[in-house]
Amino acid sequence: MSMNKTILIKPIFADNPIALQILGVCSALAVTTSLSVTLVMCIALTTVTAFSNLFISMIRNQMPSSIRIIIQMTIIASLVILVDQFLKAFAYEISKQLSVFVGLIITNCIVMGRAEAFAMKNPPIPSFIDGVGNGLGYSVVLIVVGTLRELFGSGSLLGFTVLPTVANGGWYQPNGLMLLAPSAFFIIGFFIWILRNKYAEQVEKDEFVMAPHTAQKGAH
Amino acid sequence: MEHYLSLFVTAVFVENMALMLFLGMCTFLAVSKKVETAIGLGIAVVVVQTITVPVNNLIFHYLLKDGALAWAGLPDVDLSFLGFLCYIGVIAAMVQILEMFLDKFVPALYNALGVFLPLITVNCAILGASLFMVERSYTFPESVVYGIGAGFGWALAIVLLAGIREKMKYSDVPAGLRGLGITFVSTGLMSLGFMSFSGLSL
Repeated sequence: MSMNKTILIKPIFADNPIALQILGVCSALAVTTSLSVTLVMCIALTTVTAFSNLFISMIRNQMPSSIRIIIQMTIIASLVILVDQFLKAFAYEISKQLSVFVGLIITNCIVMGRAEAFAMKNPPIPSFIDGVGNGLGYSVVLIVVGTLRELFGSGSLLGFTVLPTVANGGWYQPNGLMLLAPSAFFIIGFFIWILRNKYAEQVEKDEFVMAPHTAQKGAH
Repeated sequence: MEHYLSLFVTAVFVENMALMLFLGMCTFLAVSKKVETAIGLGIAVVVVQTITVPVNNLIFHYLLKDGALAWAGLPDVDLSFLGFLCYIGVIAAMVQILEMFLDKFVPALYNALGVFLPLITVNCAILGASLFMVERSYTFPESVVYGIGAGFGWALAIVLLAGIREKMKYSDVPAGLRGLGITFVSTGLMSLGFMSFSGLSL
């Protein structure tokens, strides 16, 4: 049981799919302007990753390896169609805001990457848990980015006003940059910085090391 | 003609796939260490994009759209929910065919592109362009122009980033930011630069 717990917990911080494995970055940046959209995206992605891992792991022994990519793609695409139709039926407004990004879960590298790296080699239950864990790791980054962007960009959280803006007679001058594309890059960059300060082993090696300053004796 | 030119410029600069819409980020960050490989991947993306977007456009208009099967005597059938499955299938098949074709007839280009061709199947910029094409209901000629423009914009962005990263490896970056972190920050700065194109129209 403790192994399953490790599988679940490890991808959240220590082996985070976005910060360390560079998987699934695209949607992480695009859907984070408001927190409610972010949350829906997180749930959708976690569901797809978990179930695609489960199904792929169930048939992993029957799959000829030469056509495995196509089979994985078909399973993932079918799951995404289900999620998309579900969102269109029950959360139409949010599905409009997510626009093409629900469809892009298909090419989200987290789903494919975990299917290939974990589900092909492990039994169904651990694979399912691994899918949930990686989905949560993705969600943590997205929720942090989404919270920061909505809070500082429009002074609200989930649509409720937290920092009353100047335009509405409050004191907070909203930072328009937060709602624009570049801020997402900066926030994730700094998120990685903080994470790597905590887990020093994640720091990448420098390709070139600076030569130490040569002491200039007697120069003045 | 003017309309198509404006569509092209919009696709390349204003709605740059990588920097403004964040598509194809995974490959964008992973394969941008050298200018040479970035150019190879960029060309491959332009080629695949130019083929898949128009093909998906035809599939959408003649097979999937509500009432599109009228020519087959089935006017009430709406298959648009099968979209995702078809588009990704087309992309995977196109990449495979292109790989075989290049291997047989243009071996020089095949060797140059090498490992990047299969990578393109899972590049979200490709699927993203097809989905945008459907969402904005482009006509066939528009989809051709959009496909070329989107591919070209992405290629431009990755080559520029690779140029920056080639220089950056000599700089003294704080330990935690080294590698991925500083790449994100510099991509953010590039994206800030591309924002100055917004509102540009011909």
